[in-house]
Amino acid sequence: MSVDIVVSKGLDLRLVGAPSLQIEEAKFSKDFSIYPSDFHGIFPKLLIKENDSIKAGQALFFDKNSDRVKFVSPVSGKIKEIVRGDRRRVLEIKIEADKVISYKKIEKIKSEEPAHIIDFFLENGLWPFIKQRPYDVIADPNSNPKQIFISGFDSSPLAADFDFITKDEKESISKAISILSKLCNCPINISLRKESNSFLRELNDVIIHNVSGPHPSGNLSTIINKVSPINKGDIIWTLNLPDLSIIGKALLEGKFSAERIIALAGSSVSNPKYIKILIGSNISSFIKLKENNARIISGNVLTGVKLESSAHVRYYSNEITAIPEGNDYDLFGWAKPMFDKFSVSRALTFSWLFPNKKYDLNTNTNGEHRAFVVTGSFEEVFPLDIYPMQILKACMYKDLDEMEALGMYEVSPEDFALTEFICVSKQPHQDIIREGLDLMKKEIG
Amino acid sequence: MSIKSKLHDIKESFKGKTMAPAFNAFHTFLFTPNDVTSSGTHIKVADDLKRTMNTVIMSLVPCLIFGIFNAGYQHNFAIDAANGISTQASLFVNFLTFDNLMIGSMKVLPLVIVSYAVGLTVEFIFAVIKGHEVEEGYLVTGMLVPLIIPVDLPLWMLAVSVIFGVVIGKEVFGGTGMNILNPALTIRAFLFFAYPTWMSGDKVWVYDAVNRAGSPEAISGETILGSYAQNQDIIYSMSDMFFGFIPGSIGETSKLLIIFGALFLIFSKIGSWRIILSTLIGALVMGLIFNGVIEAGIITESSKFYGLMSVPFWEHLLIGSILFGAVFMATDPVTAAQTNKGKWIYGFLIGFISIMIRVFNPAYPEGVFLAILLMNVFAPTIDHFVIQSNVKMRLNRLKLKTA
Repeated sequence: MSVDIVVSKGLDLRLVGAPSLQIEEAKFSKDFSIYPSDFHGIFPKLLIKENDSIKAGQALFFDKNSDRVKFVSPVSGKIKEIVRGDRRRVLEIKIEADKVISYKKIEKIKSEEPAHIIDFFLENGLWPFIKQRPYDVIADPNSNPKQIFISGFDSSPLAADFDFITKDEKESISKAISILSKLCNCPINISLRKESNSFLRELNDVIIHNVSGPHPSGNLSTIINKVSPINKGDIIWTLNLPDLSIIGKALLEGKFSAERIIALAGSSVSNPKYIKILIGSNISSFIKLKENNARIISGNVLTGVKLESSAHVRYYSNEITAIPEGNDYDLFGWAKPMFDKFSVSRALTFSWLFPNKKYDLNTNTNGEHRAFVVTGSFEEVFPLDIYPMQILKACMYKDLDEMEALGMYEVSPEDFALTEFICVSKQPHQDIIREGLDLMKKEIG
Repeated sequence: MSIKSKLHDIKESFKGKTMAPAFNAFHTFLFTPNDVTSSGTHIKVADDLKRTMNTVIMSLVPCLIFGIFNAGYQHNFAIDAANGISTQASLFVNFLTFDNLMIGSMKVLPLVIVSYAVGLTVEFIFAVIKGHEVEEGYLVTGMLVPLIIPVDLPLWMLAVSVIFGVVIGKEVFGGTGMNILNPALTIRAFLFFAYPTWMSGDKVWVYDAVNRAGSPEAISGETILGSYAQNQDIIYSMSDMFFGFIPGSIGETSKLLIIFGALFLIFSKIGSWRIILSTLIGALVMGLIFNGVIEAGIITESSKFYGLMSVPFWEHLLIGSILFGAVFMATDPVTAAQTNKGKWIYGFLIGFISIMIRVFNPAYPEGVFLAILLMNVFAPTIDHFVIQSNVKMRLNRLKLKTA
């Protein structure tokens, strides 16, 4: 079954440095790192100590609040170091990899009963790939979703082409979807670009949503809002298409295969292309930069995490982006006509003249943090039937009733990436929404 | 060492000190800072608040320049009129003259300078006390204020009202972005209620008229609205009204240049076309209603309301400052309604009430600033009802599901 969805509001940002459609196997990384902060809202309790030997797929830690949810190692080797921060919170687990990976054997699934499937996911580190709405956190295994949504494409700037990176994963992804369909008695929705020829169209028992329109048409909130808006008390589980191949391989091959094909993109990368790596690999094993003064991001330019030069691919990332740092002053930058920077206004900014130009943007904020002043611009890039500025303000003054009434159950921080990008007051929208969601989860649950 | 790195060193030395906001205000005026994104999106659009405010100022500059020439022109025109010479306004013959420029600059520029100097000083003091950066809000306010006051206003009155407007109108609410009332109009309202003789009548609109009052060289210049309100004949042609060769507040006489400003604001996506358009519609509707009342014979020539009620509905847009108010005052995003639907209602009511006040208050016929201030107060209420419909939609969805 397939349904058409047209997204009219949004913004496609064209940037320099799109990856060429070729896949290269990266040199095997010697050291790996797992960052518990990738799993928002969990509190890690370690299952290993420094100098322990571990296998790929062996649990490293579990969530203190939901102790069945385990997080596993992508690689076999020795725990080199556990980096801790304030109040001994675990920040990073460093692993020195074996030359040849030895995998922990995954037992076959007992039966296709939902409870057994859930146990299988939890025990083998597959559960963290299932997230839930509201709150956009790892799903609660005891919850009962009304629908499952899988994002089959990413519309953000310079994003990895999911059709391309999953083209050889038909078997594993189909297997994963067939198991997911037995996980709960609910429909499975997949979003695809209208023009996509993905093999997913051949599957039965899934609803394909043919989406057209600018970013954030690929964000699941956009699709969910149109298909089955989240009311108070509703739960929806969400997954990312590339993660399904890891789930599928665990089912088919009996091992946790942390292999990903990620996009290497951005104007500071000298060799933008796709590469095959393991989750947690050191980026120095494959990245070549044009300039030293560059920002390396795990993820895309709108929602990704800033990396230091010796950092590692984050758990959920399907791309590494590098763009120039903008740590320089600009003489009369607020007054002079702008041709090389992007803008949605026409206030002596001329990007409206060149709708197809590819921009080489840097990380400069182009101005200082201010109170909200301009109104009416966020709505142009925000496709949900929610008032973006009002909900942001409700989060800032922490009015739980108002946040709920304005639709906080339906949003995730990534939905506010575009409004944050175009904000002339340079307010941190995604952080504001994340803090709001955390507060609601704590107070309302 | 370049000026860039020198200033950078000074900025570093100021870091964390009380006077840092004051230095940064000057520094960021010269250079956009070297700040980089830390969390959230790694890239940002080119626009910042300074650019936004600067765009509004640019759209006001033609009005200011015209206002300077017009101040001189009206002065000479009134002297000629007092001597019994009637002149015809002509752009190149007797308007864009050096004499007009000199008289105008001498009167108008001090008003601009006082407005900015006093207002920005207050802003700097508050920024330093509260330890935040100097926000750009006053850049536009400081430009608007000289444009909406009579040319003969004493400078000290302007200074006092600017202090009042910025402190009471804005800073007590928390500064730029938090105020309820439009600061420029708060300043004008203060002037109007504190010094009414300097804000209305037939003397204040022409330079030197107040000075010469009672002397043999007395001159005067009644605004069109004033003439209408007293049921007098209008001595200005329609084209004079449109091009702006008439007495009035400094920057709001030329409708042509205001329309240019409006088009520039709408094109650059800085001004809200919804508010501008709906304000004009509101004014036209009210004008039409009054025309209908005259037509029906309910109000006759003996009434004191007859003069302004009988003005053809479209002419209301050419007289007074309704156009200036719609384009530059009502569109202030902070004090206007913030939802798109709300903007339609907000604008319509401003136009509607402006003309109503204009007609029913002959003592002071310009109602635009009062209408805008009134709707500033009601803007949050309008938004509340617009947003409630969105909230109700969500609640209904929930009810449908549980039913």
